[in-house]
Amino acid sequence: MKHTLSVVVENKPGVLTRVTSLFARRGFNIDSLAVGTTEDPTLSRITIVCSAADTPIEQITKQVHKLINVIKVQELDPSESVERELVLFKINAAPERRHEIIEIANVFRAKIVDVGRNSVTIEATGATDKVDAMEDLFRAYGIKEMARTGKIALTRGREG
Amino acid sequence: MSDRITGAEALVRCLEAEGVDVLFGYPGGVALPIFDALYDSTKIRTVLPRHEQGAVHAADGYARVTGRPGVALVTSGPGAANTITGLANAYMDSIPVVVITAQVSTAVIGTDAFQEIDITGITVPITKHNYLVKNASELPEAMKEAFHIATTGRPGPVLIDVPVDVSKGELDFKYPDSVNLPGYKPTYKGHSKQIKQAVSLITRARRPLLYVGGGVLASGGAKELKELAELMQIPVTTTMMGKSVFPEDHHLWIGMPGMHGAKYTNYAITEADLLIAVGVRFDDRVTGKLAAFASKAKIVHIDVDPAEIGKNKPVDVPIVGDAKNVLAGIVAELRKAGAEPKTEAWVKVVDEWRKQFPLHYGGHDVAADHEQLYPQYVVQRISELTKDRPTVICTEVGQNQMWACQYYTLRHPRTWVSSGGLGTMGFGLPAAIGAQAGRPDALVVDIAGDGSIQMNIQELATAKVNGFPVKIVILNNGYLGMVRQWQELFYGRRYSASVLPQDCPDFVKLAEAFGCFGVRVERPGDVDSALQAAFDFDGPAIVDCRVVPEECVYPMVAPGASIDEMLGGVPGCPVSEMLDDELLEEVWE
Ligand SMILES: Cc1ncc(C[n+]2csc(CCOP(=O)(O)OP(=O)(O)O)c2C)c(N)n1
Ligand SMILES: [Mg+2]
Repeated sequence: MKHTLSVVVENKPGVLTRVTSLFARRGFNIDSLAVGTTEDPTLSRITIVCSAADTPIEQITKQVHKLINVIKVQELDPSESVERELVLFKINAAPERRHEIIEIANVFRAKIVDVGRNSVTIEATGATDKVDAMEDLFRAYGIKEMARTGKIALTRGREG
Repeated sequence: MSDRITGAEALVRCLEAEGVDVLFGYPGGVALPIFDALYDSTKIRTVLPRHEQGAVHAADGYARVTGRPGVALVTSGPGAANTITGLANAYMDSIPVVVITAQVSTAVIGTDAFQEIDITGITVPITKHNYLVKNASELPEAMKEAFHIATTGRPGPVLIDVPVDVSKGELDFKYPDSVNLPGYKPTYKGHSKQIKQAVSLITRARRPLLYVGGGVLASGGAKELKELAELMQIPVTTTMMGKSVFPEDHHLWIGMPGMHGAKYTNYAITEADLLIAVGVRFDDRVTGKLAAFASKAKIVHIDVDPAEIGKNKPVDVPIVGDAKNVLAGIVAELRKAGAEPKTEAWVKVVDEWRKQFPLHYGGHDVAADHEQLYPQYVVQRISELTKDRPTVICTEVGQNQMWACQYYTLRHPRTWVSSGGLGTMGFGLPAAIGAQAGRPDALVVDIAGDGSIQMNIQELATAKVNGFPVKIVILNNGYLGMVRQWQELFYGRRYSASVLPQDCPDFVKLAEAFGCFGVRVERPGDVDSALQAAFDFDGPAIVDCRVVPEECVYPMVAPGASIDEMLGGVPGCPVSEMLDDELLEEVWE
């Protein structure tokens, strides 16, 4: 089962290594990881998606929490949080197939950010399943290159 | 008020402000500014070990006996690399140690400069925290935090890496009064609702058992533990890390649990209906097969580290908090409720097991056996001869360590120094030196193996030159005995790479070469006089005991087996056959 952890850390050198090496050492696979600053410039937020059974996720959460530079660790409940991911696809597109691809992009409210002689590059954001669905459709045309940022997430407004 | 001094001077002032009275330090190029500053300190004694591993183990031994942080200082590169085993050892056993490593100049960090290693990178998984100080002005804060982190919450080692330009650079010195660590707030006070739940289980239990470990020693909770045990008449088992926290001549003490625990100890765990686990971590060497461990018991788990609770074994009442505080809270609640012990029958049952399944060795009657020198006998004699004087027992690793656990009777907290989680051969001698530095009044004995002692034997020079009169008693069996035991039991007696000739080295001559006292013992009749001569000698001494070579540590739980299935020792049988019906009825409803 996949879990999303939101980890708020002190914005200091080496902190990301401490967090990620802990996952490796305790035998947890990281599926994706996104890091950036928060509203407070002294703090960063690391969003980690990892797969684990239910008991161990609590174990890794506690272990991460023990790191001196970690301020807060939260497991995000998908129904209680907003999740987004940014993706760039560079897709094989001979001129005669271009409009098909653009149509698909439109359905997903994605943007065309570059057009080459034999390719188009599309930018999209969305929850992970939407990005997965797009990837699936574009595979049929041939994805030359793809870059995904990994998920970022926040809890919904209710709890302030 | 502040004054302008160098980073190295500031570092020494920080150490003095922390009350450090001894430091184990090994110099080298980029560490020289710090050693130069230490030269002027009248408060700190610098002890030169003969290897940096020895420095860290000595700091560790010092911390174990005093409860105060031990400090080691080494140079960059190879010096720093040599601290790794010591750090890992302290980390596994939650011992407060502060290691200061010198580092190449910040200007060349990352260029593979001479004697540069990324020691903060390397030690992330084996320190509680570490620092690379990049600016002299940050040094006092880093030092303050390091000592705070090492000694609070669940203790552990902290490393501070100090580049040479930082120790040469200048700063306005002021030692901070407090730390600002927003991400570090250990929970000391147990939740009162959880404490009440524990109390209610304790008052109802018919077969309760206290399973206590190093956390109780760390919290200074020996008195509270004894109060609880005596108030409710609950038997106590101490893990190897918890040894010495409860007097082992007390009628409620029932030995060490686990792989080499006594049968009665493991039976008691197996049959208990309430396990009060305090400052322990359900280590595999204690639990054996987890599913069968204390499977009839409700479990209360008290620990300052929330990550330990439920890590290996689900618990019924988790209490995050300092062991001393929580135990005191439980005792207070029990007193308030006027709780009375209900364990008379249970204690009788455990005593019955103790009689039926004692630890034993050498056939039926050892006393009559005057030919063979058994290692267990040597430990028993050490125990007897030291019982009326302040003594600290250190051990190496292997069979010697297990026999020390089984046959020495500890009576006072912090008189036991042994490598638990890491099982580090070579720990005992340098740790004994550190222990002696912390307890100059005590007789410090290292119960050693012939293999382990050779791993850090160079520290005999440290002991001699610095006046640490530690006594090394080698249970010389001519083998890496614990390895040989596993090979005997599980590998068809194929003694691959586990043989050590008993006479090489000649430990008596070796002792003499270091200017120490050495004596050899081959017969049981000579044990007392040799031990006494070593103990009375004014300086370090080695007693080379040529013991029965192929003795095994029993009982033994095979790895992965349930702890009530033990090899060796007095044959066991099902509980129902062991006890008379009346007792059974009283305790097992
Ligand atoms: C540094 C290190 N290397 C290897 C081991 C594995 N090991 C555990 S016990 C042991 C044998 C110890 O021999 P000795 O010191 O003679 O003690 P004995 O068991 O014979 O009493 C070994 C090799 C270890 N624990 N530590
Ligand atoms: Mg041996």
